[in-house]
Amino acid sequence: MTTQTIRYPHYHEDHLSLAGTGPAWLAELRAAGWERFNEIGFPTARRGNERWKYTSVLPISRINFAYPPPSEDFAENNSLDIGFSAVSASSVVNHKDEEVVRKHLGTLAPMQDDGFTALNTAFLRDVAVVRVPDGSGDPVAVCVSHVAPESAEGERLAAAHPRTLILAGRNTKLTVLESYSGPSGPRYFTNAVTEIVVSEGAQVDHYRLLDESPASFHVGVTRVHQERDSSFSSGSFALGTALARNDFAVTFGGPGAFCSLNGLYYTGQGQHVDNLISIDHAQPHCTSRLNYKGILDGNSRAVFGGEVVVRRNAQKSDAQQTDKNLLLSEDAEVDSKPSLMIYADDVQCSHGATAGQIDAQTLFYLRSRGLDLETASRMLVQAFAREIVDTVRPEPLRSYLESLFDRSIAVKNLPVAFTAP
Amino acid sequence: MTNNQPLLTVRGLRASAGDLEILSGVDLEVYAGEVHAIMGPNGSGKSTFANVLAGRPDYTVTGGEAIYDGEDLLSLEPEIRARMGVFLAFQYPVELPGVRAWQFLKAGVDARRVHNGEEEMSAREFQRLLDAKVKQVEIDPELVRRAVNEGFSGGEKKRNEILQMAVLEPRLALLDETDSGLDIDALRIVSDGVNKLRSDDNAMVLVTHYQRMLDYVRPDHVHVLLEGRIVRSGGPELALELEDKGYDWIREEVEAGR
Repeated sequence: MTTQTIRYPHYHEDHLSLAGTGPAWLAELRAAGWERFNEIGFPTARRGNERWKYTSVLPISRINFAYPPPSEDFAENNSLDIGFSAVSASSVVNHKDEEVVRKHLGTLAPMQDDGFTALNTAFLRDVAVVRVPDGSGDPVAVCVSHVAPESAEGERLAAAHPRTLILAGRNTKLTVLESYSGPSGPRYFTNAVTEIVVSEGAQVDHYRLLDESPASFHVGVTRVHQERDSSFSSGSFALGTALARNDFAVTFGGPGAFCSLNGLYYTGQGQHVDNLISIDHAQPHCTSRLNYKGILDGNSRAVFGGEVVVRRNAQKSDAQQTDKNLLLSEDAEVDSKPSLMIYADDVQCSHGATAGQIDAQTLFYLRSRGLDLETASRMLVQAFAREIVDTVRPEPLRSYLESLFDRSIAVKNLPVAFTAP
Repeated sequence: MTNNQPLLTVRGLRASAGDLEILSGVDLEVYAGEVHAIMGPNGSGKSTFANVLAGRPDYTVTGGEAIYDGEDLLSLEPEIRARMGVFLAFQYPVELPGVRAWQFLKAGVDARRVHNGEEEMSAREFQRLLDAKVKQVEIDPELVRRAVNEGFSGGEKKRNEILQMAVLEPRLALLDETDSGLDIDALRIVSDGVNKLRSDDNAMVLVTHYQRMLDYVRPDHVHVLLEGRIVRSGGPELALELEDKGYDWIREEVEAGR
């Protein structure tokens, strides 16, 4: 047996301490996760690593985060009161869906080439499972609340490695909210992985809310597999964290599928958000809509990478992607890179990105009706966000998000772009 | 203030956009209860005149004054002018995606009320006001439920300006080519709106390129603006003469008189 160098001894200890947790197949998956993580480690922004070109994870990789055991059932105490039933991450031991979980867990998440997913897998303990069996008639609405643990005083800072598995059976209708939050005290790190299977003819509305503490780090990986004639819509809402990454990918695994991925992010002073959204048109006759919007304040930075691939056989694909950014400060910066790779010839595709300030002509229109600069600016910023908020279907969640963003965005002394009249 | 005082007095107003002088000394007096039409060929400065009075930041005032209700209008921020009762109907109303018409109009009404030391309107009170105004200016109530001007046709946008005017109840309304780009039905609706809103307490200044709106809205005074100056003023018959003969004869007369 060869001895391998252990690159992250703290993490290794924590990983080993999980030995005996859960069934053997889970232990195997965990071991594979650790092995892979130990091999590839955290990603670096080295030359040629396009996926991490603009975001350095050094602030995360240089801290040895601990992985405390779950202290209480947070999901019940922290669910938003918006009419969704709550699901908590539970041990997969004796889980009634164990066979199904075993069949799907880890099949979509990119453990081979993503250190964070490998690390999450190395710490697999509990899984929040949302499963609607084939053909269940009634629509289901579920909220999965992940609340990061508090760091114990004098101890290592805490991390959470939440894992979610969402399985929508054939011809089912499912609405899921994944919400991520945490204590406002010391820095913590959330390393989340979510796998979603949307079976034939199913319709899934997925919402992801990042309302973490401003000092926290969040890396989220979501992988969605869509089968024939399924429909998937997603709303990704992120309020500022010190460093956030939203790596979200959809693959069309059957023809006639539709996805609509919407996102809204707001960053303040010292914050950084990185969205990497990929759609793989691997099958013909699929339609995708990708629409993200960012509001950037202070010296914050946003990165947007949109990657839409249309494979050679994916004729009649229809793909549109846009990323629009509103800069509330001269010091904010956005790197937006929408991209299309098209290998089929009979397709309809478009992409675009904008970054700008509030338009002077528009501002004058509001002022000419008696609104002062601040009221007018606030109204325009809220309106900018509303396009995305309005895509949220459940009314209570929509109102909740609208007021959450309205409250969070401080608007004063905005820079204004003057254009010719 | 009595009716013997003009609501608006403009004297020697000069304004430029960048290095280009557009208004070269405009004089005008407007009394409450009056409707003035300002006509002139393209580039004569008539839109600039309305926009400068409303405070559009693209222009620099380089001389002269405008006294509105005893105040030095040109020294005030655009929103203060609006709260004092000055309204500009835009030639090209701006689309405000995501801004609900209801919220937008209520904010304007409340800003003016707070300025006058009154309380903000309750939602119910405002709804009643809005319903009444929608009816008064015969606008499609559907337009009020949508985002302001978003995806509106040119005619719908102009009608929406008239609705805003009705809701904000200005004392001095400046209508910047509100008639341009309207088909005959829209023109009638817009004109009817203007007629319903004119009263002894307010004044209107219609900036227009064509005489046709004046078939529906009869002005008390007609002025011709040429090269940044009012070169001729008269009654409604002047508008008809312009319709008949164009602007060239005035230009010739002005040049001959120099």
